[in-house]
Amino acid sequence: MDLNQLKIKSLEYRKTILDIIYKSGAGHTGGSLSCIDILNVLYNKVLDINPKNFNEKDRNHYIHSKGHSVEALYTVLCDQGFFSRKDLEKLNHFNSHFIGHPTRKILGIEHNTGALGHGLSVAVGLALSKKIDQKTNKVFSLLGDGELSEGSVWEACTTASKYHLDNLIVIIDRNDLQITGKTEEVNPIEPIDKKFASFGFETISTNGNNISELLNVFKEIPIQKNKPTVIIAKTTKGSGVSFIENQINWHHKVPSEDEYGRAISELNEKLNSYE
Amino acid sequence: MNKIGKPNLEIFSETLLSEAKKNKDIIVVTSDSRGSGKLVPFGKELPDQIIEVGIAEQNLVGVSSGLAAGGKIVFGVSPASFLTARSLEQIKNDVAYSDRNVSLIGISAGISYGQLGSTHHSIHDFATLRAINNMTIVAPADNFEASQAIKQSVSYDHPLYIRYGKKPMMDIHPPGTEFKIGKSIVVKKGEDLTIVATGETLQRAYLASEILKESNIHCSIISMHTIKPFDKKTFIEFSKNSKAILTVEEHSIFGGLGECCASLIAQNNINVKLKILGIPDEYMINGSQADVLDHYEMSPEKIAKISKDLLNK
Repeated sequence: MDLNQLKIKSLEYRKTILDIIYKSGAGHTGGSLSCIDILNVLYNKVLDINPKNFNEKDRNHYIHSKGHSVEALYTVLCDQGFFSRKDLEKLNHFNSHFIGHPTRKILGIEHNTGALGHGLSVAVGLALSKKIDQKTNKVFSLLGDGELSEGSVWEACTTASKYHLDNLIVIIDRNDLQITGKTEEVNPIEPIDKKFASFGFETISTNGNNISELLNVFKEIPIQKNKPTVIIAKTTKGSGVSFIENQINWHHKVPSEDEYGRAISELNEKLNSYE
Repeated sequence: MNKIGKPNLEIFSETLLSEAKKNKDIIVVTSDSRGSGKLVPFGKELPDQIIEVGIAEQNLVGVSSGLAAGGKIVFGVSPASFLTARSLEQIKNDVAYSDRNVSLIGISAGISYGQLGSTHHSIHDFATLRAINNMTIVAPADNFEASQAIKQSVSYDHPLYIRYGKKPMMDIHPPGTEFKIGKSIVVKKGEDLTIVATGETLQRAYLASEILKESNIHCSIISMHTIKPFDKKTFIEFSKNSKAILTVEEHSIFGGLGECCASLIAQNNINVKLKILGIPDEYMINGSQADVLDHYEMSPEKIAKISKDLLNK
């Protein structure tokens, strides 16, 4: 898949995210749109996780620690063939496994997340299991920036560093916003890179909404042997739809009919530019 | 007189070491707890099968879950007080909800830490973990139960919590006794009342029954080593055929063995007297484990006296 095809995927994925949130009447719009390019690159170019190998032990793993952005994950997994679009239309229906946070009841999802600050410890445990088994598989985990206030994240970092988990790749969706407001006003977490570095990580920053930059970053991992990697992916909350971008109220706002129409039109215009 | 065995905690660590030598997939995770968990020999003999996360119980549970996701048979070992309170959300989400093959071992459980005080007591663990779906809760009484619980946990593919105390325990069960997680053990049968005990209070209930025998009062004694799933069938059968039920637990009177029994009696319309012994809702008295249990009416003599009162004898 070439760069243009990936860029088209990102636009299509954005349309799907908006569509399933609009139709189901709930979802985390802003955070799903901020991390979708990262998931696009991971699932289409990096992870090599698919419905055929998912139940095998020796493969790479992905833990979606910022579980609320599940609509982005559902969208990408659906595209990878883990389940049908018809199944995904059941999002938030009574008795559906497609709910507002990831669960292992759905093929393709590794771990039940939703409460923040949990995913990294689990990813560390998985990465340790690979080291114990002397496998070269990697474990990736995506964390939100607001999530970094959870102390358990930093507990996990100490273990990642102690055991030299260079097979662990942490990605921070650095969109600068959380439900109450700007992360640096709610509870400042900068300097993120220096914090992770002091916990023994190799750090690298990139534009998390730029496909070519993401491709380049993932080619470099692990940055250093014997050290875990953190990629600080600078993103825009609500990325890709002008009136949703950087708006606090779009954390989990559901588009109205008019907003949905305008958002899809905007994305279609961008798609048309590729054809 | 029954023989006094070893502390259950020692039996736990010896059994786990023996199982882990046979199975390289067994991994132990500790939170600076290998000394208190009697796991120093394990660390020396099987250094590649022990992960140390430092004093970080939340991380211990999360890492255990991840190791299990990677196909390991994981034993997360930490003082019961911290493991089941501080890491409760990790237990709920990363182990129970995610259905990982993790055995959480609560060491020095109940009021084993004695004078170290309420920060170190776990008189809440049954109550909190009972309310978490997909958790199995086991409190072994004697060395036999302690060892069997670990042996069975190796092939138990679901979330499990086992609590251990650290004082030597009297051997209660004769050779040939059958132990199965989820199935209580009838230690003795008697027609007057039934004493149901869990974990290390079984010893006290057993000694009380010996005292009662001298007064020609004959008890049934049930070792309810598994708090969840609860062996309803055995309990209901004995409730229907006893004049009174007395429950004994090293736990709050709220949400543990006693209230589980009360609920079963009420919901099955069984007409039987019930008394729940445990730690009452108050600022706990300080003292050794034995003295505190005695203070809260769980000495063998007091259990015998309360039994007589229940029977109006």
